[in-house]
Amino acid sequence: MHSYGETDLSTQAEHSSTNRRDFLYIATGAVGAVGAAAVVWPLINQLNPDASTLALASIQYNIAPIEEGQSVTITWRGLPVFVRHRTPKEIEEAKAVPMADLKDPETDEARTKPGHEQWLIMIANCTHLGCIPVGQSGDFDGWFCPCHGSHYDSAGRIRRGPAPKNLVVPPYEFLSDTLVQIG
Amino acid sequence: MSEHSTYVPGTAVEKWLDDRLPVVRFAKEHLMDFPTPKNLNYWWTFGAILVMCLGVQIVTGIILAMHYVPNVALAFDSVEHIRRDISGGRVIQATHAVGASMFFVALYIHMFRGLFYGSYKAPREILWILGVVIFLLTTATAFMGYILPWGQMSFWGATVISNIFSAIPLVGDSIKQLVLGGFAVGNPTLNRFFSLHYLLPFIIAAVVALHIWALHVPGNNNPIGVDVKDSRDTVPFHPYYTMKDLFGMVLFMIPFAWFVFFAPDILGHPDNYIMANSQVTPSHIVPEWYLLPFYTILRAIDFNILFIDSKLGGVIAMGGAMACLLVVPWLDTSKVRSGVFRPMFRWFYGLFVINFIALMYLGAQEAAEPYTTLAKVCTAFYFLYFLVILPVLSRIETPKPLPTSISESVLGNKAHA
Ligand code: HEM
Ligand code: FES
Repeated sequence: MHSYGETDLSTQAEHSSTNRRDFLYIATGAVGAVGAAAVVWPLINQLNPDASTLALASIQYNIAPIEEGQSVTITWRGLPVFVRHRTPKEIEEAKAVPMADLKDPETDEARTKPGHEQWLIMIANCTHLGCIPVGQSGDFDGWFCPCHGSHYDSAGRIRRGPAPKNLVVPPYEFLSDTLVQIG
Repeated sequence: MSEHSTYVPGTAVEKWLDDRLPVVRFAKEHLMDFPTPKNLNYWWTFGAILVMCLGVQIVTGIILAMHYVPNVALAFDSVEHIRRDISGGRVIQATHAVGASMFFVALYIHMFRGLFYGSYKAPREILWILGVVIFLLTTATAFMGYILPWGQMSFWGATVISNIFSAIPLVGDSIKQLVLGGFAVGNPTLNRFFSLHYLLPFIIAAVVALHIWALHVPGNNNPIGVDVKDSRDTVPFHPYYTMKDLFGMVLFMIPFAWFVFFAPDILGHPDNYIMANSQVTPSHIVPEWYLLPFYTILRAIDFNILFIDSKLGGVIAMGGAMACLLVVPWLDTSKVRSGVFRPMFRWFYGLFVINFIALMYLGAQEAAEPYTTLAKVCTAFYFLYFLVILPVLSRIETPKPLPTSISESVLGNKAHA
């Protein structure tokens, strides 16, 4: 700065730690970074689920043919979903479990719809790493995931093994006694 | 890079080229005249074998991509079409699939060679880290390649591994959806994995170039780990090591060819000849054999640690196992490189190798006793080796006396024989 011989400017620059040029550098850099981010974002965002995948958001399913003690696996948003018609024994067992025994405490009521307790509707991917557990097996009269040994009870709650959470209950509602809408 | 060149352009054309782009000089310096320790054993041929493996995967892969269709409805059939209808397709597809396994055989040997002879120590830390990067990239490439035939193991392996992302707190599920392009593994996943499976080998090739650059700055380590002192310790790379490497490649091709011609499917899993089905999980999911040790560590953590749940814990352990490799140059501070002169290290190294094989075996077993407990023990030893044994040994061990030079040790061996 001294070499320019502009006394006014140079004294100013010496007294403050930043000067106009520093400001211009930072401002230019900041605008450049925002611009680069704006260009990169669409290049990454294209990886997200596309409109056709998102469009399959809700399905309706007739549960009338499922007898007590039977389950079916249906597909929703590409995910397998269990629809289980539970026996009274299973419901009783699920209600009898003290909350303190649960890794991810949730009551049986919170996992079913009032008046439809016999129906258990859950996403069928193990909350560990996503395998489909085998029904009516394991040590808690529910599901057993053979991949790494997670046991779920008759309300689909995790009881033992590496899975951290209960099987996920998707958003759903009963349109009538025999028709459910998932999603 | 230092000048080892004895290159004198012979003709006017060579001279003209040498003044503008000295590629011939470069090749002569680095592929022919490069001074190489004269005591390298056959464990040192695996670097060249790995370059060959990468070449084989790229050539066979580009051919497969001419016939393969990355679409969930057609992928499975297109691989069968390659195997049955394309001229020579049976052998080309088998070479690619078996080639991936052979690639990892060579990778593991190459890495364990480095761990025994202390090749990661100064001044070769960057060289070693680039090697670990190549290992991780190759693992990712092989994982994505295994999805392409769209069999049951392809699909469920992808499901299990992509769920690893969902263990990340808060943003995990969004990241998983970003990676898969949907709520589950599906057509978008297959398409992008194919694109990346085609890209990554070329990135690997670029990192290999850096790896060899980083090798040619300090030069090779050697079985006694003593630095090169003068020209009596070395021989030119060509013809001494070009021939030795070539011979190593020929030996390596024997089991390779045996698999390709007589047992192309033996390293794969029979479930992968059933087309992917998102409604049924195979009763027992096993990744490819080369991923098993890390898979065992992932699932060994089936208990919560403080506020970290078992799933995130497993992911951290698996990442940590790989991170140990990255930082080993700073964990093993012993001044002596070669395990040959480290009486205590040798034993623990031997245990580490056995433990690694045990981890591999356990990854293929069911999640039941006694395997689950053994998996925890072996996982613990893996970390103990890097985080406790190596640093402690570096302090307490008294190494055997080192030979004063490479040529002395070579001539000394001769005198004994
Ligand atoms: C680092 C190098 C590579 C590795 C480790 C690797 C690994 C693999 C693996 C394990 C498979 C599954 C084979 C099976 O089970 O049938 C596969 C398939 C495939 N790879 Fe590669 N690959 C590599 C490079 C390449 C390259 C450069 C291309 C060319 C674009 C390519 C194209 C393909 C194709 C089209 C398939 C599907 C056909 C099949 O399954 O055989 N690969 N790869
Ligand atoms: S995926 Fe179910 S226990 Fe791991």
